[in-house]
Amino acid sequence: MLSLNQSARRGYALISPPLIYSLVMLAAPLALVVLLSLWSQNYLELDRTFRLDNYIEATSEPLYQLLLTRSLVISGIVTICTVILAYPIAYYVAMFGGKAKSLLLLLITIPFWTSYLIRIFLWKVILGYNGVINGSLMGMGIIEEPLTFILYNANAVVLTLAHAWAPFAILPIYVSLTKIDKSLLEAARDLGDNAFQRFIRVTLPLSMPGVIAATLVVFIPTVGDYVTPKLLGGTDGLMIANMIQVQFGKANNAPLGSALAIISMFTVGIISIGFVLLSRKIGKIKN
Amino acid sequence: MQKASKFLLLYAVLYFLFLYAPIFLLPIFAFNDSAIISFPLSGVTLDWFFLLWETEALHDALYNSVMIAIIAATLSTALGIFAARAATRYDFPGKKGITGFLLLPIVLPEIIVGVALLVVMVQLGLSLSAWTVVIGHVLICTPFAIVILSSAFKSFDMSLEEASQDLGVGKIGTFFRVILPMVTPGLISSFLIAFTISLDEFIIAFFLTGTDVTLPVYIWGQLRFPARLPSVMALGFLMVTLSLILLAIAEYFRRRSVKYTNIESQNTTQSEETIF
Repeated sequence: MLSLNQSARRGYALISPPLIYSLVMLAAPLALVVLLSLWSQNYLELDRTFRLDNYIEATSEPLYQLLLTRSLVISGIVTICTVILAYPIAYYVAMFGGKAKSLLLLLITIPFWTSYLIRIFLWKVILGYNGVINGSLMGMGIIEEPLTFILYNANAVVLTLAHAWAPFAILPIYVSLTKIDKSLLEAARDLGDNAFQRFIRVTLPLSMPGVIAATLVVFIPTVGDYVTPKLLGGTDGLMIANMIQVQFGKANNAPLGSALAIISMFTVGIISIGFVLLSRKIGKIKN
Repeated sequence: MQKASKFLLLYAVLYFLFLYAPIFLLPIFAFNDSAIISFPLSGVTLDWFFLLWETEALHDALYNSVMIAIIAATLSTALGIFAARAATRYDFPGKKGITGFLLLPIVLPEIIVGVALLVVMVQLGLSLSAWTVVIGHVLICTPFAIVILSSAFKSFDMSLEEASQDLGVGKIGTFFRVILPMVTPGLISSFLIAFTISLDEFIIAFFLTGTDVTLPVYIWGQLRFPARLPSVMALGFLMVTLSLILLAIAEYFRRRSVKYTNIESQNTTQSEETIF
């Protein structure tokens, strides 16, 4: 057996290559982004004096406020929809999947092993003016004019993102459901709970860790999504990532773009931590 | 129970239709004899596939993407081996924090990774190239490599390692002659997953690519021109087919790895659990 000290030394030695890579290529660049956000861009010159101007502009300008709020709202709705839609599927696979469990999980992931861009674009084909939905509804004579509320707005962004992130919501919930001790359900049944009561009082609370993980895994990255709002959002569906990209590209104002990126990261971080703490507190009260 | 599962079954069928809806359209428009992506359909054609065959910019982009994906997958799997071995075999203070930090890119929006690396490149005055994309892709692929390899190392029976050392094989010899062969299926599956992630990644490549356009960046450019869309559909169809084949290979090796390293068949759930 190794002594703790020896084991620790070997552990550090082994983990250092990936750790150094992440420090140099992720932590240091992120620190530089923070630094850059405190500088300012005067046309082609970069003014390296520390100022909070970018943060003041990023938080006071109504357009940036609107984009950040919209990103958070869209992302929040996407997360709620995705998690609620995913729960029954995870439940179905975990409880009734039987021997086909891993096959079902594989079937869930297959649509996502294709080009992300093409997948998003195909939703445009489905929702478009001459798209699949409008074409078939008009063909059946249900509507006379193509529906316009389904593309180039926030609805389209929500639907498409809820599709794109489905497996990321299903898997953590599935894992937490498979961990539930079946004897607890039997005990609840013996004590006279019906199927619905058993679900509400045993299954659902015990699967909450999975639901919380799913919520975070979907919410955090979707706030920063760029492609979907750009392709399907129209002007009313653009989000903060599109503005960050504009600042680094056409607007040539990397410091402001950095400030926007940091503000969004912080907001998302605070909301996520708040969400975790809140769900823990609720869990405690119930127990 | 019976009744609930009937409702649930109906829901599951509808949900799978929702999941597969975009994918069903791909072959339809890839073979449709019309330059416009909409219904009603015209005839069947292979023209779009021939057009792909003749487009050189596409071939260059594909070549760049494949090279980037091979290098990124190799590097992230190598880094993954270190982290997974450290995390499963040794105990040290701060292990949770360090592995948490290494897994961070899973929840970090990709645009942040792209922006951060772009800022470094610009500030250091380095030019963007395929290599800057590789750096970014290694960052986002490594967490997946770590997760996959950790489950491979975890299910590895430690007594085999001890037996090898008792028989006089050194640490390095044991690693190459006992441990590595046993986790090879895990390595292959990690490589393939990292390869697929890199091949399909858009945002980081979009920020960092410079003139070495990758396949997703090329596709992004094509989406703006309606005339190019049918061939994009054909390309998408080819990619679906190819990734299905890759996925099947990866799954085959993953199952073999689980069988190989652990006799108990409890492992499928274990390897899924480690992800979250």
